[in-house]
Amino acid sequence: MRAWLWHHLDTFVTTLARFARAPAATLFNVGVIGIALALPASLYVALSNLQGYAQAFASDPQISVFLALDAGRAEVEGIEARLRQHPGVRELRYVSREQALKELKASTGLADVVDSLAQNPLPDAFVVQARDATPQGLEKLRDEASRWPKVSHVQLDAAWARRLEAGLRLARLAVGLLATLFAFALVAVTFNTIRLQILTRREEIEVAKLIGATDPFIRRPFLYFGALQGLAGGLAAWAIIWIGLHLLNGGLAELAQLYATRIELKHLSAEDSTSLLVFSAWLGWFGAWLSVNQHLAQIEPR
Amino acid sequence: MISFSHVYKRYPGGLEALRNITFTVEAGEMVFIVGPSGAGKSTLLKLAAAIERPSSGSVIVNGQNVSALRARAIPFLRRNFGLVFQDQKLLFDRTAFENVMLPLHINGFERREAARRVRAALDKVGLLAKEKARPVTLSGGEQQRLAIARAIVHRPAILLADEPTGNLDAGHAAGIGELFRSFNQVGVTVVIATHDEALAERLKPRVLSLKEGAIVA
Ligand SMILES: Nc1ncnc2c1ncn2[C@@H]1O[C@H](COP(=O)(O)OP(=O)(O)OP(=O)(O)O)[C@@H](O)[C@H]1O
Ligand SMILES: [Mg+2]
Repeated sequence: MRAWLWHHLDTFVTTLARFARAPAATLFNVGVIGIALALPASLYVALSNLQGYAQAFASDPQISVFLALDAGRAEVEGIEARLRQHPGVRELRYVSREQALKELKASTGLADVVDSLAQNPLPDAFVVQARDATPQGLEKLRDEASRWPKVSHVQLDAAWARRLEAGLRLARLAVGLLATLFAFALVAVTFNTIRLQILTRREEIEVAKLIGATDPFIRRPFLYFGALQGLAGGLAAWAIIWIGLHLLNGGLAELAQLYATRIELKHLSAEDSTSLLVFSAWLGWFGAWLSVNQHLAQIEPR
Repeated sequence: MISFSHVYKRYPGGLEALRNITFTVEAGEMVFIVGPSGAGKSTLLKLAAAIERPSSGSVIVNGQNVSALRARAIPFLRRNFGLVFQDQKLLFDRTAFENVMLPLHINGFERREAARRVRAALDKVGLLAKEKARPVTLSGGEQQRLAIARAIVHRPAILLADEPTGNLDAGHAAGIGELFRSFNQVGVTVVIATHDEALAERLKPRVLSLKEGAIVA
């Protein structure tokens, strides 16, 4: 048992030494694997962030009821009363056309443009919070309200959230496909690296076999190499994303200051980071395993 | 310990390298296999170490039928042997020390104990001063002695040596002969394929004489 542990430790150290002996090749391989993993992983990070914002919006779906421009005071009050009595409405906020114009002026920095308008182009509106926030419930309320007189347009704010959600689903699928492709690339890179190693160490393998080395003994250093190279590639990918986010967040902070909000992109969670590293190490191991199985059998000493 | 019975070996597309070979080497014996080039001496040793398989007949080592052995058991069979190859098969990208270390590494020796044994083996063949040298920088005879050190370092029960003195001058050959004798005296079974008549003269072993693949004496 101790000898066995000792041997594994020994293999580990020898593998590290082998990395150190060819630093350029190692860096190149780790770089290639890192970039290949960073592409799908960074898309995943972007999606996670987008999803976070989409959820923040979609969790509180609103319905905006825009009235006709020529709706008078009494008609506005009539609609307000109808909405208040409606069982589907939980909360109601009136936004007058004057107020809407003021908000537009304040929030967009288009003050000059707004000031130059001859007349207020905005309608009166109600912002409704529905009791039943499911898409079906919201759509029912929208269809009903849009048939009322002097209501020009009812907008379901959840509609774009749903479209975003559908878009995100598609994007997630794309990330999955991309990740599969790049995982394949990682396996291929490792396969080839190990193939070359086996070729250059052919004599050593032959002699080892001749003097009683078992197949697992011969295989082990290559599998270690593959797994460690994959792990290093995973770390490189993680670092690439970290640096990218760091730079982006720097830029975003400036931008957010202008809009008086706070936007910050989040890095991979601890869980996702662990998954990335474990997965990359596993892929490296797998590539090495394939290569070793393919090529070791061809070396039968005479 | 090693027992051949009615062994034939035909290489793919070649002649029969061995024909109807039957003999037994007892534990602790010293046996020389002699015969002209191409007689089948190397082939015989390879069959014993499961490097080649007999076309027919059986090879029994330590009570195990070598040709019936599963592939996974073969490494463990080979660990009983110390093998000196005719072409030595040294690793040229490693130092003398590392070459001799290989069998101990394979057998799972702890590193300090292994280093001690490597030095002892190098000392026995007179190469202790060259432990850091690469095989290319060694003379033909030194390479041969290095191969012998690698074969004996894990203290095998059986030593199979193919032309171990082929490149050695008389002095060193005699030294190696003494080394083999001392192994044999502590109970190691020694089988040597050789042309070296002086060596046979010195050690007075049992001699198995091959000609064109058959035992003639
Ligand atoms: N791998 C092989 N494939 C085909 N034929 C082989 C192979 N190895 C050996 N032979 C043939 O088998 C015969 C015996 O070869 P072997 O190497 O056993 O002879 P040997 O007695 O060791 O000769 P030497 O004294 O020159 O080393 C020879 O005719 C040789 O050509
Ligand atoms: Mg020979």
